[in-house]
Amino acid sequence: MRQIFVRAIGGVALAALVLGGAAACKQDEGGTEGGSASKVCDLKIGFFGALSGGDAGLVTPGKQAADLAVKQYNAEHADCKVSIQAYDSQGKPELAGGLATSAVGDAKVVGIVGPAFSGESETANPIFQQAGLPVITQSATRPSLADNGWAIFHRGVGNDFSQGPAAAAYIKSINAAKVFVVDDQSAYGAGLADEVKKALGATVVASDKATDNQQDFSAIVTKVTSSGATALFYGGYTEEASPFLKQLRAGGYKGTFVGGDGIYDANMLSVTGNADVEGAVATCPCAPATTAKGTFVQDFKAEFNAEPGVYADVAYDLTKIYLEAIGEGKSSRADIQAFLKSYNKAGSATGVTYKWDDKGELDPAQVRVWSYIAKNGAWAPDKEIPKA
Amino acid sequence: MTDVRTRWRDFRHGVSARFDRLPKASKIGLIVVFIVFLYALPNKGFYEYLGLPLGEYIPLYTTRNDMATVLFQCGYYILLALGLNIVVGYAGLLDLGFFGFFAVGAYTVATLTSPRSKIFTEYNWLESPWPWLVALPIAIALSLLAGVILGWPVLRLRGDYLAIVTLGFAEMIRIVAQQNDWIFNGDRGISEIAHPPGKNADGSPIFAFDAKPYYWLVLTVIIGMVFLIRNLVRSRVGRAWVAIREDEDAAELMGVPTYKFKIWAFAMGAGIGGFSGALWAGQANFVNASTFRLEQSILVLAAVLLGGAGNIGGAILGGFLVIYVPEWLRSIGDVFGLPENVRIAGEPYDISATNLRYLFFGIILIVVMIFRPQGLWPNRRRAAEIKDREKEAMVGA
Amino acid sequence: MNELINGFPVLTVTGLTQGAIYALVALGYTLVYGVLRLINFAHSDVFMIGTFGAIWTWSAFGFDANSPRPSVGGALGLIALAIVVAAILCGIFAMLVEVTAYRPLRARNAPPLAFLITAIGASFVLSEGMAAFTNRRQFGVPAMLPTDPLFSIGSWQVTPLQLTTIAVAILMMVALDWFVQRTKFGRGIRAVAQDANTAALMGVNKNRVILLVFLIGGLMAGVAAVLSDMKAASTRFNVGFLIGLKAFAAAVLGGIGNLRGAALGGILLGLAENYGSAVFGTNFRDFIGFLVLILLLMFRPTGLLGESLGRARA
Repeated sequence: MRQIFVRAIGGVALAALVLGGAAACKQDEGGTEGGSASKVCDLKIGFFGALSGGDAGLVTPGKQAADLAVKQYNAEHADCKVSIQAYDSQGKPELAGGLATSAVGDAKVVGIVGPAFSGESETANPIFQQAGLPVITQSATRPSLADNGWAIFHRGVGNDFSQGPAAAAYIKSINAAKVFVVDDQSAYGAGLADEVKKALGATVVASDKATDNQQDFSAIVTKVTSSGATALFYGGYTEEASPFLKQLRAGGYKGTFVGGDGIYDANMLSVTGNADVEGAVATCPCAPATTAKGTFVQDFKAEFNAEPGVYADVAYDLTKIYLEAIGEGKSSRADIQAFLKSYNKAGSATGVTYKWDDKGELDPAQVRVWSYIAKNGAWAPDKEIPKA
Repeated sequence: MTDVRTRWRDFRHGVSARFDRLPKASKIGLIVVFIVFLYALPNKGFYEYLGLPLGEYIPLYTTRNDMATVLFQCGYYILLALGLNIVVGYAGLLDLGFFGFFAVGAYTVATLTSPRSKIFTEYNWLESPWPWLVALPIAIALSLLAGVILGWPVLRLRGDYLAIVTLGFAEMIRIVAQQNDWIFNGDRGISEIAHPPGKNADGSPIFAFDAKPYYWLVLTVIIGMVFLIRNLVRSRVGRAWVAIREDEDAAELMGVPTYKFKIWAFAMGAGIGGFSGALWAGQANFVNASTFRLEQSILVLAAVLLGGAGNIGGAILGGFLVIYVPEWLRSIGDVFGLPENVRIAGEPYDISATNLRYLFFGIILIVVMIFRPQGLWPNRRRAAEIKDREKEAMVGA
Repeated sequence: MNELINGFPVLTVTGLTQGAIYALVALGYTLVYGVLRLINFAHSDVFMIGTFGAIWTWSAFGFDANSPRPSVGGALGLIALAIVVAAILCGIFAMLVEVTAYRPLRARNAPPLAFLITAIGASFVLSEGMAAFTNRRQFGVPAMLPTDPLFSIGSWQVTPLQLTTIAVAILMMVALDWFVQRTKFGRGIRAVAQDANTAALMGVNKNRVILLVFLIGGLMAGVAAVLSDMKAASTRFNVGFLIGLKAFAAAVLGGIGNLRGAALGGILLGLAENYGSAVFGTNFRDFIGFLVLILLLMFRPTGLLGESLGRARA
């Protein structure tokens, strides 16, 4: 009895070994399907970023906007639909690599909106590059991302280098004698704050750093009020900027609050409340092309019962670029990559003209930084900040 | 319910008894087969070969994330769990900041091997980046050292005080790494970290962006580590650890130098954690401060306790599950064709499996612990002790 | 250093305010620990639910971040109401956590570390559940109390919010101390904390006492949540984590299991963080908090006041 058991086990083991080994050698299929002439349907646009976890608040509005764009597209193209495939990296570089490989392996995925953060871009983009899968990021603004030689990389917003000096120029234009600079230590916030400090030089009297998810800003508020600063630049996102601004006002700070595009969203207004946000300034590498703007804000509100959050408009426009390409019959990654390289049109939600240079940056001539002032519960366009 | 459980237990015992009775050659054969099976896991072809239904969804294959990468992540978590298992499972020291040692390992490799590290670009301490293989032993040594340095003052504390202090240390490491103007470059991180060496026949590097070679590498390391830990645990050191875990005062009275062995356990665990970090840095190619959040330490601890503290198999199982289950949950939406969004009272809600997976994972943790408080695959001795306690509880109630 | 000297009065007052909030949350950790020897990781998420409870209460009365500030009397009424709602909500959730995640384990006499895992599981369930429920959005807190200083002594200014926070916190702590030291229920809690089995033999219903402890911890967290809402001015599904961490550290600082210790620890931590941020920069705020904790534990291994719930433990 025992002998039989042993032999049976041995036989199965050997068979499994041989066959399993053979299976192990077989390579997985993947990559793109050849661009066929007939129209390919059910294509997917990947949306890559933190959709759960602590940083999701910065990315989820963009995902919703992308969903909205696709929904509108599908309503018009009921015979040949497109879908959004979400890749939830939780904003973590250590998860991004696997998800990128997964996106690359799905031949239906022809373009990526994202990765949303600079950190995850560092691990995901080399993989996209290898597979020739084009990406347009809506919010990763670290300048060095463009220097890695990734042909597939496109940035849908200006980088820190374009926005920082403009923010500094704005602060100079309001004649602030003493400026306090705060950043949130994120790659985005710190990068922006560094550029602002560089450009402002000696007018920066002091600076401090907040942390991710900080709720209590009393020590910074004290520093700001005792420094006598008349303007404050905050490099970071609404999540921290909103409570910070509110606590600043409660702590008696009367000066101007200036932030980057990380605070240029509806939540900054609705979470902070009109009384405290009034007069706050956001710089943004986006033009207030109200005429060009479509019905994005209304559509978004109707769909999600909320104001479009941070980067929602950018993600909407970027998704529409992909949809435009697909609508024109581009169905392979290479075709869409070529489409992006020659693209030159203004987005309907942001008003930014999307035209990329060979490094994937927006054409510098197209990057126009505007300042917006919070007035009566809305971001009112103030002026275009002249290039330094 | 109990009937099913007893039957399952009988079945399990039957299988393990059968396995124990096998001749040595067959035992080794079975183990080899199992290991081959593990090496074949990331290949989609393997599932086709097993006859599992193909298409959009394959059971157990993570359709929404690259299987090889998920398995590699499981791999470095298993290593972490093995390391922490020495500290928590054998020596009984509650360490809530274990991921800090992972950070030490990862950052050592990153700073030494990346041409973008500040060592080369700003400080000019070294001429040129080192290869990964040279940085690896340094990373392990530094993590070991970090374990000793941390253990030396804090191991005089007991129980939950030790927990908060280790947690604090891990957070302090993260905060130091978070400083943009310091060597670790904060959230901007260090990119272009070297990969492990080796070239394919056609001259392309083995270790590049494909995660499979890394998985095979980490699997090999795990197998080696299992043998190392097994031998260690069965030696005088291992017995001393168990004695400390069961009753520290009694162990001290019996002549076990408890303090020394506690530091030993801490350092061993830290070294393995650092090894894991070094492997990960080699694969990820990029390290920044936001990776080393406290949640990670807690997840590793969950892995050890979920699997079964004090048992190597349990630590491996736990490390595998805490990564694999949430990743696999991403694809269950595909299985049942569930909608991703619903609208309740005019408010849209995202109910995709991706969004809710940590909610499910939390429920799984609670349910598993209620039904198997000793973990899924506990150490036999500990399981017996716990069963005694369970009986006591019944008598008490 | 200059910043510390110049800002010392303000830093002290704001540090005390934040410390009072830490202290209230720390009480929940310390109570549960005192009775069950268990770190209740889910407590921070119970606190988080309280912050939403307050916002929902206010929005039921038509107040959102854009609303004008109500009259002082109205504000005090609204705050009191929010405190009641949030405290009840937190109490219920804290008890739910106990009943679903801890009691079944106790019934099986599970090892202490198993509780840690269900605690982590419960924490995931609460925070991710709330994340799904609120679509991970951030919510602003309506303005309640005026921000102008109420009174000032030299350069020491106190705003109505700071006064309210500290006063409410002190009131709650005194009430809790009285409850634990002087009432029949409190005696039950102390008895179970000292020796659960003997207490059970003496006729104390252990499970009911434990439920009571979770309820009280939840109530305190609810009160803290409202105070923290007004101070921080916004909330999200993940606000619990950081404050829970600090409160836990505060509980250990004072001597975990010791109610007065938790209060003292919270306030010390609040002050240390503020002073430390002024000297070294806010990026080292948490670093300083933990450094203080670790140094203290080196010299007083059981915290400032030592472990105990109502009596000295040898």
